[in-house]
Amino acid sequence: MEEQLIFNYTIPGDDFTRAGEASSSVKNKLKKMGLDSGTIRKVSIAMYEGEINMVIHADGGAITVEISPEKIRMILADTGPGIADIDKAMENGYSTAPEEVRSLGFGAGMGLPNMKKYTDYMNIDSTVGVGTTVTMDVYL
Amino acid sequence: MITTQTLIDAGIFTLKTQGDPAKSIKKVFCCDLLSIAMGKAPAESAWVTVMGNRNTLAVASLADISCIVLAEGTAFQDAEIECASQEGIAVFATELPIFDAALKIQELLS
Repeated sequence: MEEQLIFNYTIPGDDFTRAGEASSSVKNKLKKMGLDSGTIRKVSIAMYEGEINMVIHADGGAITVEISPEKIRMILADTGPGIADIDKAMENGYSTAPEEVRSLGFGAGMGLPNMKKYTDYMNIDSTVGVGTTVTMDVYL
Repeated sequence: MITTQTLIDAGIFTLKTQGDPAKSIKKVFCCDLLSIAMGKAPAESAWVTVMGNRNTLAVASLADISCIVLAEGTAFQDAEIECASQEGIAVFATELPIFDAALKIQELLS
Protein backbone atom coordinates (compact mmCIF):
# COMPACT_ATOMS: atom_id res chain seq x y z
CA MET A 1 0.00 0.00 0.00
CA GLU A 2 1.70 3.15 -1.14
CA GLU A 3 -1.05 5.64 -0.66
CA GLN A 4 -3.75 6.33 1.86
CA LEU A 5 -7.18 4.86 1.22
CA ILE A 6 -10.23 6.59 2.66
CA PHE A 7 -13.71 5.12 3.05
CA ASN A 8 -16.72 7.04 4.29
CA TYR A 9 -19.89 5.59 5.79
CA THR A 10 -23.16 7.09 6.93
CA ILE A 11 -24.65 5.26 9.89
CA PRO A 12 -28.44 5.36 10.08
CA GLY A 13 -29.86 6.04 13.53
CA ASP A 14 -32.05 3.72 15.56
CA ASP A 15 -31.92 0.90 13.00
CA PHE A 16 -30.53 -2.20 14.65
CA THR A 17 -31.19 -4.38 11.64
CA ARG A 18 -28.52 -2.46 9.73
CA ALA A 19 -26.06 -1.99 12.57
CA GLY A 20 -22.78 -3.57 11.58
CA GLU A 21 -23.04 -3.05 7.83
CA ALA A 22 -20.25 -0.48 7.75
CA SER A 23 -18.01 -2.63 9.94
CA SER A 24 -18.68 -5.66 7.74
CA SER A 25 -17.83 -3.61 4.66
CA VAL A 26 -14.51 -2.53 6.16
CA LYS A 27 -13.75 -6.08 7.25
CA ASN A 28 -14.28 -7.35 3.69
CA LYS A 29 -12.09 -4.59 2.25
CA LEU A 30 -9.26 -5.39 4.68
CA LYS A 31 -9.55 -9.08 3.83
CA LYS A 32 -9.19 -8.30 0.15
CA MET A 33 -6.12 -6.22 0.93
CA GLY A 34 -4.60 -9.30 2.50
CA LEU A 35 -4.14 -7.94 6.03
CA ASP A 36 -3.62 -10.49 8.77
CA SER A 37 -6.70 -11.86 10.49
CA GLY A 38 -5.71 -10.56 13.93
CA THR A 39 -5.54 -6.98 12.69
CA ILE A 40 -8.80 -7.33 10.81
CA ARG A 41 -10.50 -8.71 13.92
CA LYS A 42 -9.30 -5.80 16.06
CA VAL A 43 -10.57 -3.22 13.57
CA SER A 44 -13.87 -5.07 13.09
CA ILE A 45 -14.64 -5.35 16.81
CA ALA A 46 -13.65 -1.77 17.65
CA MET A 47 -15.56 -0.28 14.74
CA TYR A 48 -18.67 -2.37 15.37
CA GLU A 49 -18.78 -1.29 19.00
CA GLY A 50 -18.53 2.32 17.88
CA GLU A 51 -21.16 1.80 15.21
CA ILE A 52 -23.56 0.28 17.74
CA ASN A 53 -22.95 3.18 20.12
CA MET A 54 -23.87 5.63 17.38
CA VAL A 55 -27.12 3.77 16.70
CA ILE A 56 -28.03 3.49 20.39
CA HIS A 57 -27.09 6.93 21.62
CA ALA A 58 -26.68 9.40 18.76
CA ASP A 59 -29.24 8.65 16.06
CA GLY A 60 -26.45 7.59 13.77
CA GLY A 61 -23.49 9.52 12.45
CA ALA A 62 -20.56 9.27 10.07
CA ILE A 63 -17.53 7.00 10.05
CA THR A 64 -14.35 7.65 8.11
CA VAL A 65 -11.77 4.89 7.80
CA GLU A 66 -8.27 5.86 6.68
CA ILE A 67 -5.88 3.10 5.72
CA SER A 68 -2.21 4.01 5.42
CA PRO A 69 0.93 1.85 5.43
CA GLU A 70 1.37 2.56 9.15
CA LYS A 71 -2.11 2.26 10.59
CA ILE A 72 -5.84 2.01 10.17
CA ARG A 73 -7.58 5.07 11.60
CA MET A 74 -11.31 5.08 12.35
CA ILE A 75 -13.02 8.41 12.98
CA LEU A 76 -16.58 8.14 14.29
CA ALA A 77 -18.40 11.44 14.46
CA ASP A 78 -21.95 12.08 15.63
CA THR A 79 -24.13 14.99 16.61
CA GLY A 80 -25.76 13.13 19.48
CA PRO A 81 -26.17 14.16 23.12
CA GLY A 82 -22.46 13.92 23.96
CA ILE A 83 -20.85 12.15 26.90
CA ALA A 84 -21.07 14.04 30.18
CA ASP A 85 -18.44 12.02 32.05
CA ILE A 86 -15.98 10.25 29.76
CA ASP A 87 -14.06 8.58 32.62
CA LYS A 88 -17.32 7.11 33.90
CA ALA A 89 -18.32 5.99 30.40
CA MET A 90 -15.01 4.15 30.10
CA GLU A 91 -15.74 2.04 33.19
CA ASN A 92 -16.66 -1.58 32.58
CA GLY A 93 -20.36 -2.06 33.19
CA TYR A 94 -21.43 1.60 33.14
CA SER A 95 -24.21 2.16 30.63
CA THR A 96 -26.95 4.64 29.84
CA ALA A 97 -28.53 2.43 27.16
CA PRO A 98 -32.33 2.10 27.28
CA GLU A 99 -34.08 -1.14 28.24
CA GLU A 100 -35.09 -2.03 24.67
CA VAL A 101 -31.44 -2.03 23.67
CA ARG A 102 -30.50 -4.22 26.62
CA SER A 103 -33.14 -6.74 25.62
CA LEU A 104 -31.27 -7.16 22.31
CA GLY A 105 -28.13 -8.11 24.21
CA PHE A 106 -26.37 -4.75 24.15
CA GLY A 107 -26.01 -2.00 26.71
CA ALA A 108 -23.86 -3.91 29.16
CA GLY A 109 -21.41 -1.05 29.44
CA MET A 110 -18.69 -2.88 27.53
CA GLY A 111 -18.59 -0.88 24.29
CA LEU A 112 -16.03 1.83 25.03
CA PRO A 113 -13.78 -0.49 27.10
CA ASN A 114 -13.84 -3.00 24.21
CA MET A 115 -12.94 -0.26 21.75
CA LYS A 116 -9.95 0.70 23.87
CA LYS A 117 -8.95 -2.93 24.36
CA TYR A 118 -8.85 -3.70 20.65
CA THR A 119 -7.10 -0.56 19.43
CA ASP A 120 -3.62 0.87 19.90
CA TYR A 121 -4.82 4.45 20.32
CA MET A 122 -8.20 5.91 21.19
CA ASN A 123 -9.35 9.47 21.84
CA ILE A 124 -12.83 10.70 22.72
CA ASP A 125 -13.72 14.31 22.03
CA SER A 126 -17.20 15.04 23.31
CA THR A 127 -19.31 18.07 24.13
CA VAL A 128 -22.68 17.68 25.79
CA GLY A 129 -25.43 18.84 23.44
CA VAL A 130 -23.07 19.03 20.48
CA GLY A 131 -21.77 15.55 19.76
CA THR A 132 -18.95 13.08 20.05
CA THR A 133 -15.97 12.21 17.88
CA VAL A 134 -14.07 9.03 18.65
CA THR A 135 -10.74 8.46 16.93
CA MET A 136 -9.19 5.00 17.02
CA ASP A 137 -5.98 3.64 15.49
CA VAL A 138 -4.87 0.08 14.90
CA TYR A 139 -1.17 0.02 14.00
CA LEU A 140 0.00 -2.15 11.15
CA MET B 1 -8.83 -29.27 16.56
CA ILE B 2 -12.19 -29.86 14.93
CA THR B 3 -14.10 -28.11 12.15
CA THR B 4 -17.74 -27.21 11.70
CA GLN B 5 -17.90 -30.31 9.48
CA THR B 6 -17.01 -32.36 12.58
CA LEU B 7 -20.03 -30.88 14.34
CA ILE B 8 -22.22 -31.61 11.33
CA ASP B 9 -20.99 -35.21 11.18
CA ALA B 10 -21.50 -35.70 14.91
CA GLY B 11 -25.21 -35.10 14.41
CA ILE B 12 -25.71 -33.85 17.96
CA PHE B 13 -27.45 -30.63 16.89
CA THR B 14 -29.91 -29.73 14.14
CA LEU B 15 -28.08 -28.11 11.23
CA LYS B 16 -29.75 -24.88 10.06
CA THR B 17 -27.08 -23.71 7.64
CA GLN B 18 -23.64 -25.15 7.13
CA GLY B 19 -21.68 -22.00 6.38
CA ASP B 20 -18.09 -22.90 5.65
CA PRO B 21 -17.64 -26.53 6.79
CA ALA B 22 -13.85 -26.19 6.75
CA LYS B 23 -13.81 -23.51 9.46
CA SER B 24 -11.87 -24.67 12.47
CA ILE B 25 -13.30 -24.74 15.98
CA LYS B 26 -10.68 -24.28 18.67
CA LYS B 27 -12.84 -23.41 21.67
CA VAL B 28 -16.41 -23.34 22.87
CA PHE B 29 -17.80 -20.08 24.21
CA CYS B 30 -21.06 -19.44 26.10
CA CYS B 31 -22.62 -16.00 26.49
CA ASP B 32 -25.95 -14.30 25.86
CA LEU B 33 -24.91 -10.68 26.21
CA LEU B 34 -23.70 -9.52 22.81
CA SER B 35 -21.63 -6.75 24.41
CA ILE B 36 -19.59 -9.32 26.31
CA ALA B 37 -19.43 -11.79 23.42
CA MET B 38 -18.06 -9.06 21.17
CA GLY B 39 -15.15 -8.41 23.48
CA LYS B 40 -14.45 -11.88 24.78
CA ALA B 41 -15.49 -14.56 22.30
CA PRO B 42 -12.31 -16.23 21.03
CA ALA B 43 -11.75 -16.25 17.27
CA GLU B 44 -12.55 -19.61 15.68
CA SER B 45 -14.89 -20.62 18.48
CA ALA B 46 -18.27 -22.32 18.62
CA TRP B 47 -20.64 -19.88 20.31
CA VAL B 48 -23.52 -21.34 22.31
CA THR B 49 -26.26 -18.81 23.07
CA VAL B 50 -30.00 -18.27 23.35
CA MET B 51 -29.75 -14.79 21.79
CA GLY B 52 -31.05 -15.36 18.28
CA ASN B 53 -31.31 -12.02 16.53
CA ARG B 54 -29.61 -10.37 13.56
CA ASN B 55 -27.04 -8.69 15.77
CA THR B 56 -25.91 -12.13 16.98
CA LEU B 57 -24.85 -12.78 13.39
CA ALA B 58 -23.06 -9.45 13.11
CA VAL B 59 -21.08 -10.18 16.28
CA ALA B 60 -20.25 -13.70 15.10
CA SER B 61 -19.09 -12.44 11.73
CA LEU B 62 -17.00 -9.54 13.00
CA ALA B 63 -15.41 -11.51 15.85
CA ASP B 64 -14.47 -14.42 13.54
CA ILE B 65 -16.65 -16.95 15.33
CA SER B 66 -16.90 -20.22 13.37
CA CYS B 67 -20.40 -21.31 14.27
CA ILE B 68 -23.42 -20.46 16.39
CA VAL B 69 -25.34 -23.05 18.39
CA LEU B 70 -28.76 -21.79 19.44
CA ALA B 71 -29.68 -23.60 22.65
CA GLU B 72 -32.92 -24.10 24.58
CA GLY B 73 -34.99 -24.33 21.41
CA THR B 74 -34.32 -20.73 20.35
CA ALA B 75 -34.30 -19.98 16.63
CA PHE B 76 -33.31 -17.48 13.97
CA GLN B 77 -35.86 -16.17 11.49
CA ASP B 78 -35.43 -17.30 7.86
CA ALA B 79 -33.83 -13.97 6.93
CA GLU B 80 -31.16 -14.46 9.57
CA ILE B 81 -30.44 -18.00 8.39
CA GLU B 82 -29.99 -16.65 4.86
CA CYS B 83 -27.68 -13.95 6.18
CA ALA B 84 -25.63 -16.53 8.13
CA SER B 85 -25.32 -18.60 4.98
CA GLN B 86 -24.01 -15.59 3.05
CA GLU B 87 -21.54 -14.78 5.82
CA GLY B 88 -20.28 -18.38 5.87
CA ILE B 89 -21.29 -18.93 9.50
CA ALA B 90 -22.66 -22.35 10.37
CA VAL B 91 -25.80 -22.30 12.53
CA PHE B 92 -27.00 -25.21 14.64
CA ALA B 93 -30.03 -25.51 16.90
CA THR B 94 -30.75 -27.70 19.90
CA GLU B 95 -33.31 -28.12 22.66
CA LEU B 96 -30.45 -28.71 25.10
CA PRO B 97 -29.58 -26.13 27.75
CA ILE B 98 -26.51 -24.01 27.08
CA PHE B 99 -24.20 -25.94 29.41
CA ASP B 100 -25.16 -29.34 28.05
CA ALA B 101 -24.76 -28.17 24.44
CA ALA B 102 -21.35 -26.67 25.18
CA LEU B 103 -20.27 -29.82 26.97
CA LYS B 104 -21.01 -31.89 23.90
CA ILE B 105 -18.78 -29.63 21.80
CA GLN B 106 -16.09 -29.73 24.47
CA GLU B 107 -16.17 -33.54 24.37
CA LEU B 108 -15.46 -33.37 20.63
CA LEU B 109 -12.66 -30.88 21.22
CA SER B 110 -10.97 -33.09 23.80
